[in-house]
Amino acid sequence: MTTAVNPSKTDARTGAELHLHMYRRMMMIRLFEEQVNDLYTRALMPGLAHLYIGEEAVAVGVCEALRPDDYITSTHRGHGHCLAKGAAVDLMFAELLGKEVGYCKGKGGSMHIADPATGNLGANAIVGGSTGIATGAAFTAQRLGTGQVAVCFFGEGALGQGVLYEVMNMAALWKLPVIYVCENNMYNEYTHFSETTAGDILARGPAFGVHSEQVDGQDVRAVYASAKKLVERARAGEGPALLLVNTYRYHGHHVGDVSREYYRSKQEEQQWKTDRDPLRIMGDWLTSQGLADRAALEKIHDEVKVEIDSAVQFALAAPYPSSDKVDQDVYA
Amino acid sequence: MSTLETTGGLETATATREITLAQAIREALAEEMRRDPRVFILGEDIAEAGHPFKVLTGLVEEFGPQRVLDTPISEAGFTGIAVGAAMTGMRPVIDIMFGDFIGLTMDQMVNQAAKIHYMSGGKWKAPLVMRTTLGATRRSAAQHSQSLHAWFCHIPGLKVVMPSTPYDAKGLLKSAIRDDNPVVFFEDKMMYRLKGPVPEEDYTIPLGVADIKREGSDITIIATSSMVQVALGAASLLEENGISAEVVDPRTLWPLDEKTLVDSAKKTSRVIVVDEGYGRYGVTAEIASVIQENAFFDLEAPVKRMGAMHVPIPFSPPLEDVTVPNEKTVAEAASAMCGVK
Repeated sequence: MTTAVNPSKTDARTGAELHLHMYRRMMMIRLFEEQVNDLYTRALMPGLAHLYIGEEAVAVGVCEALRPDDYITSTHRGHGHCLAKGAAVDLMFAELLGKEVGYCKGKGGSMHIADPATGNLGANAIVGGSTGIATGAAFTAQRLGTGQVAVCFFGEGALGQGVLYEVMNMAALWKLPVIYVCENNMYNEYTHFSETTAGDILARGPAFGVHSEQVDGQDVRAVYASAKKLVERARAGEGPALLLVNTYRYHGHHVGDVSREYYRSKQEEQQWKTDRDPLRIMGDWLTSQGLADRAALEKIHDEVKVEIDSAVQFALAAPYPSSDKVDQDVYA
Repeated sequence: MSTLETTGGLETATATREITLAQAIREALAEEMRRDPRVFILGEDIAEAGHPFKVLTGLVEEFGPQRVLDTPISEAGFTGIAVGAAMTGMRPVIDIMFGDFIGLTMDQMVNQAAKIHYMSGGKWKAPLVMRTTLGATRRSAAQHSQSLHAWFCHIPGLKVVMPSTPYDAKGLLKSAIRDDNPVVFFEDKMMYRLKGPVPEEDYTIPLGVADIKREGSDITIIATSSMVQVALGAASLLEENGISAEVVDPRTLWPLDEKTLVDSAKKTSRVIVVDEGYGRYGVTAEIASVIQENAFFDLEAPVKRMGAMHVPIPFSPPLEDVTVPNEKTVAEAASAMCGVK
């Protein structure tokens, strides 16, 4: 395992501002997802909801290392990535509820948030489905010399998809500025990854000549430090990288997956929540460093809560698209 | 084979010469790459090798390996890369050597390229072209001989192009490259050496406009790609028996120029649809349905469909030859519909 460098030594935005910002972003994702859970269980949200709670440090740590015009691709469990890349919570909620003002005019929903303004090429409901898109975006960046990089978020479940290795091979051959971020939350839906994943995950990168590292996904500073290094490397023309991020999904595969004891124990879940919670880890660090006290952290929570509540009310009140919109946007 | 009479509208062209369908494809690519620096092509053995069918010979010499990329044998992977490149501002043209290999690309085309515009509420678009082949009778057996274009016609968000002459191939490919949507462009591998008149000057053919390849009054033969040449041959045989056959080429299966097809059906009152894909749930079924929904009371006979037999394409020549329509079988079917033996 690669030891993360101290972010304070590599980051231009050192100090309280960056770290408090990352804490606030993680809080935003946490409260957003708790609100999604609430909307869903009250039957106010149609469809499916795959919650990102527990994994917040991954999206925030990686996206904080990116420029606004850098690209990301996301997954079915994508709310955190979209928010971390800069999505607005009101338009996110509106899309999740299928409303006209949502990011995709209500045509995409939870699993397809996309937003060119924040470089979000789209969440993707096919596991591994966006690996080509991210690699293609990196191809464009290289060809046009824009200096952009592309980050491809995927879960460890996508390690079973052949297309991942096809594009990794080409990314290495062509030295494309793409970073493959594997979020290992340990469960391919309802199956522990050890039952589906042979050998050493991290060894798969070097097999293609792709620079590979792993990092503790519950420590946002560590994720940020690793991501920043890999992003700078890619931007400098040194080629793709694989970042394996070890994390944990607090909730089920989706909101309806509530009886989970046939695949994992409540004790295991509780241990992660108690000992490895990314918000607690960062909060403790902030207080230990004297960058914030408990009251300041509470204030962040309360401010974010107000923003979330307001966004939910906005989305609930927003109108649905009229049915005559159904056949618009099929062709450009 | 192709003549001025069968390509339509070319009599007025000033500087027309005869070139092959392969040359027409190559010219379209080269001209679009000169016009637009965002256009690039990628696929297997397309650079120095110029593609196994030599369709792309000379392109890497003019445009260099940055714009004519040899890929690994990874159809899904490079199709996916094309989708991402297209979304972010490039104009990729991908080469899938044999149409049988599209199965490997299906998630990228069907779930990614076709849907990103709609799923994003119109915010992203994926302007890419997939060029691939169709067509049997090359003795290449079951995995190198299929005509699977109907698969893509089923998917909203994709366009499907089926040129039948060098003139159409060039004009349609240029339009496909300039289109803002994912377009699948099927070339009959048996037609690459087919010669036909193509003007020297720049032109495009819009997607969604059918072409009447031969006018007639007794029966309409709606035919696609390779089957257009078969239909024209059949029409010549029919003429010897006093039957005047009209040959209509939709040129693009989606968008589909329903009006031209229906108007011809109403004019002649008899229709055969000939396509090299499988008939079952296929292109012939769709077009026959369009005719019957819109011209039923003008028809003298049920619409006849002719496609590939519902078998994997066999290797042995006598077996393979009976799997696809030919001039004789089409002429016989047309004669029967016209009450002539």
